[in-house]
Amino acid sequence: MAEIILDGVRKSYGKVEVIKGVDWKINDGEFVVIVGPSGCGKSTLLRMIAGLEAITQGEISIGDTVVNELEPSERNIAMVFQNYALYPHMSVYQNMAYGLKIKKIPKDEIDKRVQRAAEILELEEYLDRPPRQLSGGQRQRVAMGRAIVRQPAVFLFDEPLSNLDAKLRVQMRLEIKKLQEDLGITSVYVTHDQVEAMTLGHRLAVLNGGVVEQLGTPIEVYEKPATVFVAGFIGSPSMNLLDAELDDKGGAVTLAGGAKISLPEPLGAQGGRSVTFGVRPEHLKDIGGDANSLRLSLNVRVIEQLGADTLVHGTLGENGTELVARLEGIRAMAPGDVLDLNMAAKSIHLFDSKTGRRLG
Amino acid sequence: MIEHRPIITVLAHLTLILGIAIVAFPIWVTFVAASHDAVRMTQVPLPMWPGDQFFVNLNKAMFEGIAGAGGIPVGMMMLNSLVVALMIATGKIVISLLSAFAIVYFKFPFRMGFFWMIFLTLMLPVEVRILPTFEVVANLGMLNSFWGLSIPLIASATATFMFRQVFLTVPDEMLEAARVDGAGPMRFFWDILLPLSRTNIAALFVILFIYGWNQYLWPLLITTDASMFTVVMGIKQMLESAEQTTEWHLIMMTTLLAMLPPVVVVLTMQRMFVKGLTETDK
Repeated sequence: MAEIILDGVRKSYGKVEVIKGVDWKINDGEFVVIVGPSGCGKSTLLRMIAGLEAITQGEISIGDTVVNELEPSERNIAMVFQNYALYPHMSVYQNMAYGLKIKKIPKDEIDKRVQRAAEILELEEYLDRPPRQLSGGQRQRVAMGRAIVRQPAVFLFDEPLSNLDAKLRVQMRLEIKKLQEDLGITSVYVTHDQVEAMTLGHRLAVLNGGVVEQLGTPIEVYEKPATVFVAGFIGSPSMNLLDAELDDKGGAVTLAGGAKISLPEPLGAQGGRSVTFGVRPEHLKDIGGDANSLRLSLNVRVIEQLGADTLVHGTLGENGTELVARLEGIRAMAPGDVLDLNMAAKSIHLFDSKTGRRLG
Repeated sequence: MIEHRPIITVLAHLTLILGIAIVAFPIWVTFVAASHDAVRMTQVPLPMWPGDQFFVNLNKAMFEGIAGAGGIPVGMMMLNSLVVALMIATGKIVISLLSAFAIVYFKFPFRMGFFWMIFLTLMLPVEVRILPTFEVVANLGMLNSFWGLSIPLIASATATFMFRQVFLTVPDEMLEAARVDGAGPMRFFWDILLPLSRTNIAALFVILFIYGWNQYLWPLLITTDASMFTVVMGIKQMLESAEQTTEWHLIMMTTLLAMLPPVVVVLTMQRMFVKGLTETDK
């Protein structure tokens, strides 16, 4: 049980800075997910917490101890790797017991912990087998078992599900969530998967270019993205982002295609600048809507039927900006149709074009 | 390609039988010669079928040796050869494992420089550096000793290179997992790397044992004391020292005996040997 505190943490390789100052407090028992595109430094950050990468600047503490100079094994952490990193020549039992054996924990205590972990993870009948005789999901569970038996203060997960097939991923995702809730161990989980990011953690950190763009609950991040990057990254299909001009009074925006949309709550002082106008595809409707709804008309180009939903790709006006709408159910329409869309005023997002920051 | 045409099958078998005959004939001649007495071996034509002196010759060669060649029992030469071959094989494997471990897993100044220096020694086999090596060994007082016979042959760039390649196939996460588990460098080497290279070590052992066993030039140069003769050079000594008639029956028996240990090693370690050369799954 421990909280993790990152204080001005930076990492450079030579002159290239990959982590540009991260300040964080992860509470005791909290499950934090780090999400971001490839190369954003999310794995590096995790590996710095684990002690596998040196910290260039700043301080990381786990519990009450500054761990900058400590070896991974001294940090009271356990890590689950993307490719599991099981020892191929050892049985499942030996894999789980190896770390404890090195710590010189008595044999019967090791046995008790391994049996307990095997029970939790339903691995009892596989304890004598080598990892190569196990399926991907089972190997993943062994890797988690190896983490559990250490009884660490912190769990670190480095994209643990990305080597599994889609069906297994759903199942393991639930298992990890449940496991974390049952054990109540502070956890940091790195992923690039949207669904894992939204569902697993108590809080979500969106990392881009070595900077934390936003840290908040998944719903906060979804409903109030702090920057254009977060807005485009979280959500699938991603948010429609259109260039627009905010008028001087901050009361209306004009889209690049010419469509004018008046804002329900004028932005006043922030008026008179270029903005990025965002609306999520799932917030565009072709039915309903009331007097307060904002309206757009879409020239349909491509239709994708997903069964549960229909994705309509089109342009605003004849050759205007591209836009995607996600409509419920199966819709009959054809390319060339003109579709009238409406959206609730509260579902739109405005960002400053220069800084990328959220307005209002 | 699978075909079922009888002519092809017959032809294939004939080719194989011919090949085996060519390889096996000299061995057969050796065996036959080793089973006759000295007199029969001087008569023409040479015998093609085994005689009745096999065990007599075996006994004489093993425990008495050839009088004209210093009278060293072949049994003793074989023991010398065995010790030298084992020292060379084990020494090479231990040193190569450790140097490959250092080069792959540790960051130290001029790491690649050291690697290439090791690699360059490929160009300097014993035959090339034989005189300076002899001087060094002589100055160290290692002539006529097991150390002198084995140490100059122990350093091996090939084995170092091979283990380097093996270690490079071990995923980095394995090292990281071991670090999280609290294994120090030597512990990681002993508990993880060594078991993972088991089959490669076995394959290398087979090759190196035979290499050590077959050494001829080097032992010839540094052993003057007959009690340190190895069997391969011993055979040559037997031929040269024969002031009287060459004792072909005993020489052939010695040859036969000299062939045995490599065969035994290959046969017993064959499985692992093949696995070590072909297995890629890590």
